[in-house]
Amino acid sequence: MKRFRFSQQEIVFAVFALLFLVFSIFLNGFLTADNMLTLLQNVAVLGILGLAMAIVVIGRGIDISLIAALAVPPGLVLQMVQNGHSLPFSLLTAVLITIAFGLVNGWLIAYAEVPSLFATLATGLLLAGLGQAVLFQLDVVQWSSGMDGFERLGQGTILGIPTSIVMFAIACMVVAFLLRQTRWGAYIYAIGDNPYAARVTGIPSRPIIVLQYVIAALIGCFAGLVMAASVNSMPTRVFNSTLIYDVILVVVLGGIGLSGGRGGVLNVIIGTLLIGTMLNGMTIMDISYAGQNLIKGVVLLLAVITDSFLNPRNEETAQQGDI
Amino acid sequence: MRDTITSLRYRYWPDHLLGEILSKRWTETAIPVILLLIVGFAFSRSIDNFLSPASLADTARQAGEIGFIALGLALVVIVGGIDLSVGSIFALTDFCALFLLDVAGWPVPAVVIATLLCGALLGAVNGILVGYLRLRAFITTLITLIIYRSAYDLLIQRYSNAIASAFPDIPSWDFIGSGSVLGIPTVALAYIVIAIFGHIFMTRLRPGWHITAIGGSRRSAYNSGIPVRRTIALCYVASGALTSVGALFFASRLGTVGGDIGVGLEVIVLTATVLGGITLGGGKGSVAKSAVGVLIVLLITNGLTTMNARGGVNRMALAGILLVAAMIDIRWQKNRTRIISKVYVAPTYHELPPPPPTEIGQGGPFEQNDKLRDVEAIGLGRIEAPEDVILDRHDNLYAGSRHGDIMRFLAPDYQKMEVFAHIGGQPLGMAFDREDNLYVCIGGMGLYRIKPDRTVEKATDETNRSLRSVNDDSRLRLADDLDITDDGLIFFSEATVRYEMDEWPIDGLEARGNGRIICYDTKTGTTRTELRGLKFPNGICVASDGQSILFAETFGCSIKRYWFAGPKKGAVEVVMDNLPGYPDNINLSSDGNYWLALVGMRSPSLDLAWKMPGFRRRMAKRVPVDEWLFPNINTGCVVKFNEQGRILESFWDLHGENHPMITSMREHRGYLYLGGILNNRIGRYKLDNADPNFVQYDKRWGKQS
Repeated sequence: MKRFRFSQQEIVFAVFALLFLVFSIFLNGFLTADNMLTLLQNVAVLGILGLAMAIVVIGRGIDISLIAALAVPPGLVLQMVQNGHSLPFSLLTAVLITIAFGLVNGWLIAYAEVPSLFATLATGLLLAGLGQAVLFQLDVVQWSSGMDGFERLGQGTILGIPTSIVMFAIACMVVAFLLRQTRWGAYIYAIGDNPYAARVTGIPSRPIIVLQYVIAALIGCFAGLVMAASVNSMPTRVFNSTLIYDVILVVVLGGIGLSGGRGGVLNVIIGTLLIGTMLNGMTIMDISYAGQNLIKGVVLLLAVITDSFLNPRNEETAQQGDI
Repeated sequence: MRDTITSLRYRYWPDHLLGEILSKRWTETAIPVILLLIVGFAFSRSIDNFLSPASLADTARQAGEIGFIALGLALVVIVGGIDLSVGSIFALTDFCALFLLDVAGWPVPAVVIATLLCGALLGAVNGILVGYLRLRAFITTLITLIIYRSAYDLLIQRYSNAIASAFPDIPSWDFIGSGSVLGIPTVALAYIVIAIFGHIFMTRLRPGWHITAIGGSRRSAYNSGIPVRRTIALCYVASGALTSVGALFFASRLGTVGGDIGVGLEVIVLTATVLGGITLGGGKGSVAKSAVGVLIVLLITNGLTTMNARGGVNRMALAGILLVAAMIDIRWQKNRTRIISKVYVAPTYHELPPPPPTEIGQGGPFEQNDKLRDVEAIGLGRIEAPEDVILDRHDNLYAGSRHGDIMRFLAPDYQKMEVFAHIGGQPLGMAFDREDNLYVCIGGMGLYRIKPDRTVEKATDETNRSLRSVNDDSRLRLADDLDITDDGLIFFSEATVRYEMDEWPIDGLEARGNGRIICYDTKTGTTRTELRGLKFPNGICVASDGQSILFAETFGCSIKRYWFAGPKKGAVEVVMDNLPGYPDNINLSSDGNYWLALVGMRSPSLDLAWKMPGFRRRMAKRVPVDEWLFPNINTGCVVKFNEQGRILESFWDLHGENHPMITSMREHRGYLYLGGILNNRIGRYKLDNADPNFVQYDKRWGKQS
C-alpha cells in the first residue's frame, strides 16, 4: 500500500508541473525568458516571506503582521535616507525597530498568552498605523540618492542569476540551517508538535516562541528591503493588499500543516513555485485583481480544508481558546 | 494604644468587600461601563457639541448598525469561535439590498427578506466550514473575508453605476434609514428590541444556554448531548443574518456601494466585543457587554475623527485598545479564581483575654479529669460524623451521618441501626417538635423537616436578604443548630454567610462576625433574620424561662442570651465569655441547667494570631491553605452551666481514647449521649445523680403516650 501513497509535497509538485505545462502550452507569452524573470522576481519576495511564516507555523503559531514588518521598517529606511540620515544608521534603526516589533509579538503570544492570530492581527494594524500616522509623509516612499548602490539587493544578476533569486536562496539556506542544524530549530519543531510536552521536557518554550517571532519579523524586514530595492520605492499601502493570503497559501499548499511541527524549507520552495506560477498565469490571462483574489481565496479555502483532513488538529493539545 | 488603633481600623474598614465585589459576576460588566463613562466624559470635555442631540442621534444610528454586527459576533465568540468575515458580509448584503431595490425594483418587504436570507446564507458558509468541517474559525473566516470581498468588488464593477444613478423615493425605505419614533432613530429602536430579546435568549432560553455551554467546554457540551456542530453552525448563520440587518439600515440610510464599505469593520466590531468583556475562546459574554463595547469604540473613533486625527492614528488606537483589552481579559480569566481566593479572606481584629486554666492541679471549674474514660461506644465504625445526637419519646437514638442520611439506632440496646431518612446534605443540629417532626439543619441546604412517617420536606432555605451585604445572603449556607420554642418558632443559627461548610476553619481564621440567627415560624412558614454579625453562632437552646434562647458563639468563645419575647424582647446579654475552648451545642439537663460541648480548646498561637489581622492576611495570601493556622478541635470537653453562667461540672477524656472530640451531647433517662463531627461512634455516659426518667419533651411539653 505504501508505494501508492504520495506525500503532500510530491502532489503539490506534480500540480505545479502540470500547471506549468498547461500554461506553457495554452498561454501566449508564459514561457518566455522575460516572463520567467518576472515570475522569479515576483516569487522571490513571496518566498522569503514564506520562510518567515514557515518558522512561525512550524512552531504552531501564525504571523499576520508580516506584511507590516515588510512595509514599515524598510519604508522607514527610505524615509530616513530621504530626510538626510546616513544609510547604515537608517538600516540599524530599522533593524532595531523590527527586533522590537518581533519582541512585542513574541511577548504577547508567549507570555501574555494572546492567541497568535489575534495578537499579530492587532500588532500588524498597530505598526501599519504607526507608519501611516507618524513615520511616512506619503503612501509611497521614494528612492533617494542616498540609497544609491543599495538597489543591487533586488536588481541585476549575480553569476547570471537574478539577485532577488539569490537573496531567496540565501534566506533559504539560513533558515534551513536554523531549523535543521541548530538546537533552537529542534526546539521549534518540538514546541509545534506538542507545546505541553516540550515545556515539560524542559525546553524554554516561551523564549523560543519569542525568538520565532523576532526571526520572522527580521526576515519580513529583509524581504521588504529586497522588494524596495527591486522597485526603487516602498509602496507602504502594500499592507492593505492581500499579500498575506499569498504567504499563507505558500505555506499551507507547500505542506506545512497549520497544526505545527511539520515541514521545512523545501515545502516553502515548492509552495512558492506553485503560487508564483498561478499568479503569473492569472496575470497573463488578464484576470482582474478582484477575480484573482476570489480564485486565491477559494484555492486557499480548499487547501485549508485539505490540510485539516491531512493534519487533523490534536484535540488533546488544542487549547480551549485556540481559535 | 496600638491595639486600639488596630481594632478601630479593622472594625470600621470593610476589608471583606473587595473579595465579595470581585467574585460578583457583574464586576466584569462594570469595568467596561466605567470605561465608557470615562471616555464619554473625557470627549465631552474636550470636544464641543459632543453630547448635543444631533450628534447623539448620529452616534445612535451608527451604534445601532454596528451594534447589530457586534451582537452577531458576540454570539460567535461566546460559542467559542470568531467571525472576521462580517465586514465583507456587510458589504455584500448592502449591495444585495440596493441592487434588489434600485436595479431589480423589488418591493421593500421582499428586499428586506431577501437581504436577511442573503446574510444568513453567507453566514451559513462559515457555519458549515467551522461547525461541521471543524476548521479553525480564525483562518477560515479570514479566507471567506477575502472571498466575499472580491465577490463584492466584482459585483460593484458591474453595477455601481446603475445603483448610483437610481434615486428610489419609497417612504417606507426612507423610514428605515432615517426615520425616528419619539426622537429615537429607527435603527436604535430596532437594536434595543433585538438586544432585549437577545438578553432573554442568552440567559433564559435553552439554545442560549447551549451556546454558553459549548463555549465553556466543547467536549463537555458534546458529552452532555448538546448538538455541538449544529449549534455552532447556527451561530454563524445568526451572525450573518444580524450583519445583514445592520447592512440593511446602512443601505437605507446612505444608499451607496462604495469600494471601501465594510473594510476594517471586523476590527472595529472585534475591538468592541473584546473591550466589552466578551472572552475570546468562548463561554462568557452578554448582550450588555456587547452594547457597552460598541459605544466605547464608537465614541473613541468618532472623537478621534472629530479631532482630525490621521487615519493611521485611528487604526493604532483601535489596535492598541484591542490588544490591551484582550490581554487584560486573558490574564484575568486565567487568574481570576486565584486572585479572588487571595483577597477574599479578610481577617479582622479579635481580642480575647487569657483563658481560665484547665490543667490538673490549677483548680477552677474546667480542671481536667478522666470521667469520660468509661464512655460506652454505640455504632462504633458504623456511623460517620454524627455532629448532633437526639432521642425521641420512645428512646430511639438519631444521628446524622456524613453520607447525607439520618441514622436511627433502635432502643433499648442501640445495636440495630437503620437509615431513618435520606436527605443528601450533612445533617448538623436536630430537634423534635411537639408533633414529633424532626427538624434538621443541613449544611449547605437549609432547614429540613422529617415527619414521623419519614417523609422529608424542606422547611426553609432562604431568609430576607440584607440590603448592605454585597454577597447575596438570602440563601442559607451553613445552617448549624436549632431549637424549637413552645409557640412553634424555630431559632436556628447560620454559622457563616461568607464560606461554605467545608471552609469553616477559614471563617475562624477571619474571626469576623459572619454568622446570624434566623427564626422560622412553623405556623406561618415565614423566615426572618433575628441577629447578625455573630462570630460563628453554633449551639442554640431555648432557656427555661421560655422567653429567651441561649446561643454559643464558637469563635467568640462565649455564650449569649437573646430575648425573643417578654419585657426584654430583642435584647442580647452575655451569659459567659472567655471560655477556655470553642463552644458548640447547648442542651437542657435534667436538673434545669444546661449542657455545653466545647469542641476544642483554645491555643495561645491562634489567640495571638487573632490579635494580628495583618499577619493572618499575609498568611492567607502567601501560604497554601493546608498550612494555615487551624483551630484545635482534637481535645474538648462537656460542661454543665447554670442560668447565671456559672460552670458546675466538667467532663473530660484526657487521652482521647474512648471519645476523642465532642460537638454535641443530649441527656436522656440518666445517660448522656455524645456526638462528634469527626467521630465514628456515638458515646453514652452514665450520669450519677441524674433523673433516670428525664425526657426533655416530657419535661417541656408534658408527657404524651
